Amino acid sequence: MKLIMSDLRDKDLLLQFTLRLGDDALILGHRLSEWCRNGPFLEEDIALSNIALDYIGRARMHYSYASDLSEGEKSEDDFAFLRECRDYQNFLINELPRGDFAQTMARQLILDVFYTLQLEQMSQSKDATLAAIAGKAIKETKYHLRRSTDWVLRLGDGTEESHNRLQAGFDAIWGYVPEMFEQDEVEEKLVKLGVAVNTKDLKPEWEKQIGAILKEATIDVPQQEWTVRGGRAGFHTEHLGHLLSELQYMQRSYPGLEW
Amino acid sequence: MIIQLDVCENPEGFSGQIAADNVAAIWELLEQVKDPEIPVLSLRDLGVLRNVENSAGKIVVTITPTYSGCPALDVMQEDISKVLTANGIVDVEVKTVLSPAWTTDWISTEGKQKLEKFGIAPPAGATLANRPERCPLCASSATSLISEYGSTACKAMYQCDDCKESFCYFKVI
Ligand SMILES: [Zn+2]
Repeated sequence: MKLIMSDLRDKDLLLQFTLRLGDDALILGHRLSEWCRNGPFLEEDIALSNIALDYIGRARMHYSYASDLSEGEKSEDDFAFLRECRDYQNFLINELPRGDFAQTMARQLILDVFYTLQLEQMSQSKDATLAAIAGKAIKETKYHLRRSTDWVLRLGDGTEESHNRLQAGFDAIWGYVPEMFEQDEVEEKLVKLGVAVNTKDLKPEWEKQIGAILKEATIDVPQQEWTVRGGRAGFHTEHLGHLLSELQYMQRSYPGLEW
Repeated sequence: MIIQLDVCENPEGFSGQIAADNVAAIWELLEQVKDPEIPVLSLRDLGVLRNVENSAGKIVVTITPTYSGCPALDVMQEDISKVLTANGIVDVEVKTVLSPAWTTDWISTEGKQKLEKFGIAPPAGATLANRPERCPLCASSATSLISEYGSTACKAMYQCDDCKESFCYFKVI
């Protein structure tokens, strides 16, 4: 089914939303790629690099679609490499530094559970391209989730050291979770059009699944009294600028470089 | 995603025998294009090659990526274009489609046999509950998982409990 956006305004919304999904994937993919040659052991190094690649591929598909929506005004690479920090609209949790291995696994579990729920619904989006990308990504995410669940159980129910590190990992980032279940005007409109997913509705199921895994892992669900939000509005933590300086270095130093 | 490729100049091995309107012959020709990472499998064996059609004189080849971030996709596109131009078919477009999403069910039976011969256990069983049927080296069914991911996202690493060799397993997706 091909969605006909009723006016120019709706098309702008679709472009913005597509970029958000691309940004979520690119920034998380970059963070995961930092584990390449830093993994705790070889197999893990390779696994994290492969998962990073899944996300970078997902970013490419979204940016490529965004390029089509911009009617060729911007290329896939322009979106990835030549925007300013404030132009990125990813979830803040995706840009947080990778921390230790336990914290990376804590974030991964939080996101993997979220994405299995979100992508399942996105694959039914009335926008055929976003639905197709989600239909592909969900298959990969199911494997990601199996792996992050496995690690959370092993670390949580492992040694005192691994347990404490994992608990600290969840505690450190829990306040970034609420943002994932909030919708601004842009997304509310797209939810009405059947294009976007109302993530607010996903929260009870997310809490149920995460709660069950944490319980088995003997990890306490953090009772956070703080929340940080702003990613969807382009307000970021201090970490994104540093990430972008590395990510964009080549295009900024050698504009138009290709290989 | 539509990727228009440059046409090879002075193609090597030009035979000029394939007429651009002979779609069946083009399918045969594309049998030469192998997965860059598993060179025993053709793109057709792998189920990546989805369609070949003649669109008003232009040959449109449709492929689909295995995984979102598959780095082999660009090479596959180039290889398709190279093989066709080398055979005199110069007006070529290689299109990438995402839907329906690629599945290991599309790997042909012959492809699965080739995988096993190559030392990679072919996909077996239902998604997520899947595991290799047997060790591709000694055929023992006693195998243990080493890692969910191998040299590429599509493979996991296993070890055979009998011959002790480690091997790659093509995961069901
Ligand atoms: Zn064996």
